Amino acid sequence: MIETRTLPTRYVTHPGEIKTSSGKTLRTDEMIINMGPQHPSTHGVLRLEVVLDGEIVVDVIPHIGYLHRCFEKHAEHMTNYQQVIPYCDRMDYLASMNNDWGYALAIERLMKIEVPPRVEYIRVIMAELQRIASHLIAIGTYGIDMGAFTPFLWCFRDRERILDLFEMTCGARLLYNYIWVGGLSHDLPTGFVEKAKAFCAYFKPNIKELNDVLSYNEIFVKRTANVGVLPADVAINYACSGPMLRASGVNFDLRRDDPYGVYDKFEWEVVVGKGEMGTVGDCWDRYMVRVREMEQSVRIIEQALAQLPEGNVQAAIPKRIRPDAGEIYVRTESPRGELGFYVVSDGSGTPYRIKARSPAFVNLSVLPEISRGCMLADLVAIVGSIDIVLGEVDR
Amino acid sequence: MTTEEIVQLLQSRCGNAIVEAKLEVPQPFVVVDSRRMREVAFVLRDEEALQFDYCSCVSGVDYNDGRLGAIYHLYSTIHRHKIVLKAFCTKENPHIQSVTAVWGGANWHEREAYDLLGIIFDAHPDLRRILLPYDWEGYPLRKDYKVPEFYNGMKVPY
Amino acid sequence: MYELLQQLLGDSLLVYVIGAALPLLFILPYALITVLLEMKVSAHMQDRVAYMYTGWHGVLQPVADIVKLLQKEDTIPGVADKTLFRLAPYLVFMGSYAGFAAIPFSSAYIGSDIDLGVFYIVAITSLAVIGILMAGWASNNKWSLFGAMRSAAQIVSYEIPTALSILVAVMITGSLNLQDVAHFQDGGFWNWVVFGGPLPLTQKLLLLPFTLVSFFILFIAGIAEVNRTPFDLPEAESELVQGYNTEYSGMKFAIFYLAEYANVFLVSAIVVSLYLGGWTSPFGEFMSGPIWGFFWFVTKGMFFVFMQIWIRWTLPRLRVDQLMYTSWKVLTPFLFVCIFAVGFILVW
Repeated sequence: MIETRTLPTRYVTHPGEIKTSSGKTLRTDEMIINMGPQHPSTHGVLRLEVVLDGEIVVDVIPHIGYLHRCFEKHAEHMTNYQQVIPYCDRMDYLASMNNDWGYALAIERLMKIEVPPRVEYIRVIMAELQRIASHLIAIGTYGIDMGAFTPFLWCFRDRERILDLFEMTCGARLLYNYIWVGGLSHDLPTGFVEKAKAFCAYFKPNIKELNDVLSYNEIFVKRTANVGVLPADVAINYACSGPMLRASGVNFDLRRDDPYGVYDKFEWEVVVGKGEMGTVGDCWDRYMVRVREMEQSVRIIEQALAQLPEGNVQAAIPKRIRPDAGEIYVRTESPRGELGFYVVSDGSGTPYRIKARSPAFVNLSVLPEISRGCMLADLVAIVGSIDIVLGEVDR
Repeated sequence: MTTEEIVQLLQSRCGNAIVEAKLEVPQPFVVVDSRRMREVAFVLRDEEALQFDYCSCVSGVDYNDGRLGAIYHLYSTIHRHKIVLKAFCTKENPHIQSVTAVWGGANWHEREAYDLLGIIFDAHPDLRRILLPYDWEGYPLRKDYKVPEFYNGMKVPY
Repeated sequence: MYELLQQLLGDSLLVYVIGAALPLLFILPYALITVLLEMKVSAHMQDRVAYMYTGWHGVLQPVADIVKLLQKEDTIPGVADKTLFRLAPYLVFMGSYAGFAAIPFSSAYIGSDIDLGVFYIVAITSLAVIGILMAGWASNNKWSLFGAMRSAAQIVSYEIPTALSILVAVMITGSLNLQDVAHFQDGGFWNWVVFGGPLPLTQKLLLLPFTLVSFFILFIAGIAEVNRTPFDLPEAESELVQGYNTEYSGMKFAIFYLAEYANVFLVSAIVVSLYLGGWTSPFGEFMSGPIWGFFWFVTKGMFFVFMQIWIRWTLPRLRVDQLMYTSWKVLTPFLFVCIFAVGFILVW
């Protein structure tokens, strides 16, 4: 039987004892330190129990749950399927639109609801805008992890533009509750299409600027290339998804391979890590896949805006959603990877059981595998490159 | 491969470890003997024609009739086909064989199912609570779960 | 300066106290201005405006910050080594402040006109390592200890390139006294050591590549010695929280910051004094004299302070092994070549 293989380590540790030049043996000890829950680079309330031999990481044990808000228990106690959506917003608070869509899609597939074409297009536009916003945070905070502060604020500046678009659409900047089962809460406001087009034109040169200051910076490349290498077979075995899986060279994107929405109507490419600066699947690849995905998202948005049809924004669904008894697992591509909703219905108006398969939760579980034998500073680089949102890890 | 072919192959390989196969629902599933889960999992992963190398999700469900279930959503990144596995156990004896040795991705999902529903995954390398505090009592997603009055001296429902 | 004070006050202890406190008159306002400068420069690099409410364009904000820090509760962790914990910030500041004694601010003012000026500065600034180690150890915090250890390793390693690139300048000027070094370079920017010093033209041209290289290395190693990005590993925020000063608050924390900013200027001052003519005017006799000398010195110094701020907000941080690699395998070999070549050219 094949077990998962152990990955090679970058640095060799000498726990126990070291020989001095005079021939004596010195007893050494490993140091256990807590990284988090309050630490600047654990991106929230993640706690890592790190065993260190000097600067070299011997083992990492992630402890999560500090932000557990009982999403699944809450969902079972709602009086209506629609009421779960605001809770989905709060799971991955950097990509609420994608979460809403994932949940709404699950219920729609369960009830076999067809949504009007305009809804599909608006959903794609929103999800891709949200993907850019989420990746901007991932990239910006990754810069901070590496000690470069300026790109972070450049990313935030551009993200503000996207949030302005969302605010214009639904009044909220972070937790939208915009995508509902069977459609949207309301139509796009007047002038949205022009503003979104203006954003695309504004944003494209900024990606180049970001590449110049951060992506191809000599120090940044030195810090991230060949660090935290995740080979493709391990990535698949650990069910990693999203940019993390694609950076390992696996050409897999749910938007194309398990189609939903109207992604098949647009021209775009699945970005795959190529190991330009080092090995395939290193931190630089994971970072760069996100940068390039933003370019693809802009492409999709531009096409969707050009083709946006007129029509209704709410399918004809009963006021009280009551799916037949049954179950469904629906997965969508959120900015962090495969966001799955497993919904069990018993035929009543409330969900019997909802399980959210959050991508960051699964992606994080591979952390101990890829960070053994790296340096403490590399551990920060690896955690940052996984792009976790603790709201989603803990739910 | 179609689901029928997958199920047939699986039945020929694992014999009576496959308890039941339901194909007429939107997402067909196979019920597996909870004590022989790992054996079936290895066949699913390593069989040339199947190659289910990607374990999307493991969900625990309390069916409110004395049964607990673990539902495995599998996918093959090579053949691009899917299958759903189900394994059931009773609340009195909540044991299911772990598949963490087969799919590393199942590790934390199984810990979560243990944490929230109290399903004990046998031969799991590190079966600890994951989302709740280590000293939490009870399994909150069970339908008969009662919220405790106090947790470490703190009043819980408020 | 001392003669003037002695004439006014007689030969008393007071003269020395006043003499020793004089650089503070420069450092304190300088620190306030640099804090503001750092905030404003970084903000404009990042498409922001920084503080705008305290005074015109927020110019009074550093003062408000100081007032806030003075009022803050001075916490000491219960398990800390209290004596060392209290002592450390002052030791760190003392290290950099004592360095100012041998810096010639103008032709008329140098704290202590000793013959071993540069040597003294290199020696006394190393005291800061002890302070930092003390702070890290006394905090009784693993992150602080990490920061302190990194800092000690880093500062000790970068002493070598610093000392070697100082040596290059000293070989050309022939003096360890910074006042003499400045006099040596008087007469216009073409006489600066970075351009080969006031030597015959052929020698200058031959020296030029080596002096330029060692000038840049001195600046780089200087940044590393004061722990600023891209060499800010000892206080790497995203790795070690704040490194050795994690547990400090209030005035002690402010003193660490004051020491950092004093160090930033000290590095610039050494670079300027050794390679860019110190207080001499870049235009020969034009705008020269003791007062103008101070002006030129501070202007040149502040330019390099600005450079350090610019670099800090542009570059990411190196990793520990890369830091050591840069020092031992890149900077030091280059300087050996420079020293050899400069010595050869000068003798020949």
